[in-house]
Amino acid sequence: MNAQQQETLQQLLQQYRDLPGGLLPLLHAVQDALGHIPADAIPAIARAMNQSQAEVHGVIGFYHDFRTSPPAAHSLRLCRAEACQSMGSEALAAQLRTQLGVDDHGHTADGQLELRPVYCLGACACAPALQLDGQLHARVTPEKLSALLASCSKEAKC
Amino acid sequence: MLTLYIPMDSVACAVGADAVAAAFAAEAARRNLDIDIVRTSSRGLFWLEPLVEVDTPQGRAGYREVSPDDVASLLDVDLVANGDHLLSVGLVEQLPYLKTQQRLLFARAGITSPLSLEHYLAHGGYQGLEHAARLSHDEIVAEVLESGLRGRGGAAFPAGIKWRTVRQAQAEQKYVVCNADEGDSGSFADRMLMEGDPFLLIEGMTIAGLAVGASRGYIYVRSEYAPAIAVLRQAIDIARAHGYLGEDVAHGGHEFDIEVREGAGAYICGEETSLLESVEGRRGTVRAKPPLPALHGLFGQPTLVHNVLSLASVPLILSRGASWYRNFGMGRSLGTMAFQLAGNVRRGGLVERAFGLTLRELVFDYGGGTASGKPVKAVQLGGPLGAWIPPSQFDTPLDYEALAAIGAMLGHGGAVLCDDSLHLGQMARFAMQFCAEESCGKCTPCRIGSTRGVEVIERLLAAPDSAERQRQRALLDELCDTMQYGSLCALGGMTPFPVQSAMRHFPADFGLDTQEQAQ
Repeated sequence: MNAQQQETLQQLLQQYRDLPGGLLPLLHAVQDALGHIPADAIPAIARAMNQSQAEVHGVIGFYHDFRTSPPAAHSLRLCRAEACQSMGSEALAAQLRTQLGVDDHGHTADGQLELRPVYCLGACACAPALQLDGQLHARVTPEKLSALLASCSKEAKC
Repeated sequence: MLTLYIPMDSVACAVGADAVAAAFAAEAARRNLDIDIVRTSSRGLFWLEPLVEVDTPQGRAGYREVSPDDVASLLDVDLVANGDHLLSVGLVEQLPYLKTQQRLLFARAGITSPLSLEHYLAHGGYQGLEHAARLSHDEIVAEVLESGLRGRGGAAFPAGIKWRTVRQAQAEQKYVVCNADEGDSGSFADRMLMEGDPFLLIEGMTIAGLAVGASRGYIYVRSEYAPAIAVLRQAIDIARAHGYLGEDVAHGGHEFDIEVREGAGAYICGEETSLLESVEGRRGTVRAKPPLPALHGLFGQPTLVHNVLSLASVPLILSRGASWYRNFGMGRSLGTMAFQLAGNVRRGGLVERAFGLTLRELVFDYGGGTASGKPVKAVQLGGPLGAWIPPSQFDTPLDYEALAAIGAMLGHGGAVLCDDSLHLGQMARFAMQFCAEESCGKCTPCRIGSTRGVEVIERLLAAPDSAERQRQRALLDELCDTMQYGSLCALGGMTPFPVQSAMRHFPADFGLDTQEQAQ
């Protein structure tokens, strides 16, 4: 972490250390601010929350949302639960494999886009659904998926 | 002036509602037209979304699946007088899909603006709390008990008994925790309610706090529902600013406040004890019961844990009375249920009806069959741990006991349709894989059983001959038995339901002929 990240972390520790059961909100806040939970932040987090480093590692590892490495520029979460499967989400996953060479939990060769399976986005009546950079899209067709991917530039959010 | 109603529900927006609203504003400005665009919640008629409604002397007239390209042609016609347009669906409240529903919880869906406290109050909001404030704690509990309300999260435990247990527990601090970790595929009622009518949940929790003597509430929402989290947080601030939360709610000197906690992508946290662990800031592993959370729950204190729709039912029970509520439903399943039609369905959406309508009515009368037009193969009822039900059982009434009798469950009320292109052998494998990915890991039958389950189903599907299929099938049956009876919670305990129901009703998808099936 650089000095600015250190300072952000310290502010967040102050903010959350006295919150009952505050470890999850703290981890969310750190990840929102820094993009991920840096490994060298964990000793300070453990001290502030009065837990062992192993416990903090255990919590980070348990939840799918937390990450200890920086994310790709774009994140695609494709719903793979039953409602979306019944409307062709597996075909969309196959399209991503052939079109971008990206598989579940993987990222594109240029590291720009990462693909994560997700099990329900609450759009089951308009399946299949996906989330691109946090934005929900429903009734996704192969054409719509191609158009969405084409709109992803390297710098901006999709 | 032309008044338009356009939903701000996240799924309506995911199919273009925001873009349509922006297009109306831009086109109206270009034409110097005075229009008022009200962003409402969604009616839950998702097959029509984006559904744009227009105020007319007869009521709200609707236009279906509007895209920004349709905006100019819509403004060309006289929307208030005749509404003659290709996309017209007529008066929305006269649509059979909506007209035949019994909307109690979702009475305001599509009508009000989610964050307008004024709208909420104008449409019956906070009458339940007002009434509750005039009763004693025990009288509130008695009312809930009398209503016959059962938990809407799946287990269907009588709510009043839970309330009485927490009420009678002796402790300095008690809690109300709302389980908003709805993660079942095919379920979206919680999401709709939290995004669309957040004050209803807040009011229900406040009444619960009053009844059991809790001063703090937590709403634990899954992280996949970011818009719901944002709406709830704003609604809580608004309620607090108007004295509906805080140190003196309902002017009775009672303190109650609510905090929203965001999950972090773990399905298991929908299990109530895992959820409590997670709110406490730990890994969401299941706790053994007893002790019950009602006596030893959050931070070791007596805690009332309820699902979103259970808590949202409470304001109505208090304002209209338990006996009124009991008039809805059948047998021991009282009140209404928010059934959710999803997957490969022509008219997907939310259907709130009293318990007792049949699956056939739900799938065909409301849903209109599959979206693809192919025959319905099966319906998975109650989420990823629910059974696959074949059309031959569609006359079963939707009632907790009737479904249990055919080895199925209602769960959270989600119904996922599939047509004959879906391979149920693969879906059975998926059920095991899902369990393996989402198991909390605490107990062996679930943690290891699910991984072995994937392998056994793969071997069964690839078996070269009948003898080998029989061997794998016997192994799978035994494994399912171990998981069902040996797991600590419902995740491992119910994963066998989709697996065994798929095998029982669709043996051909496993390469089993009916004769083998019978053995």
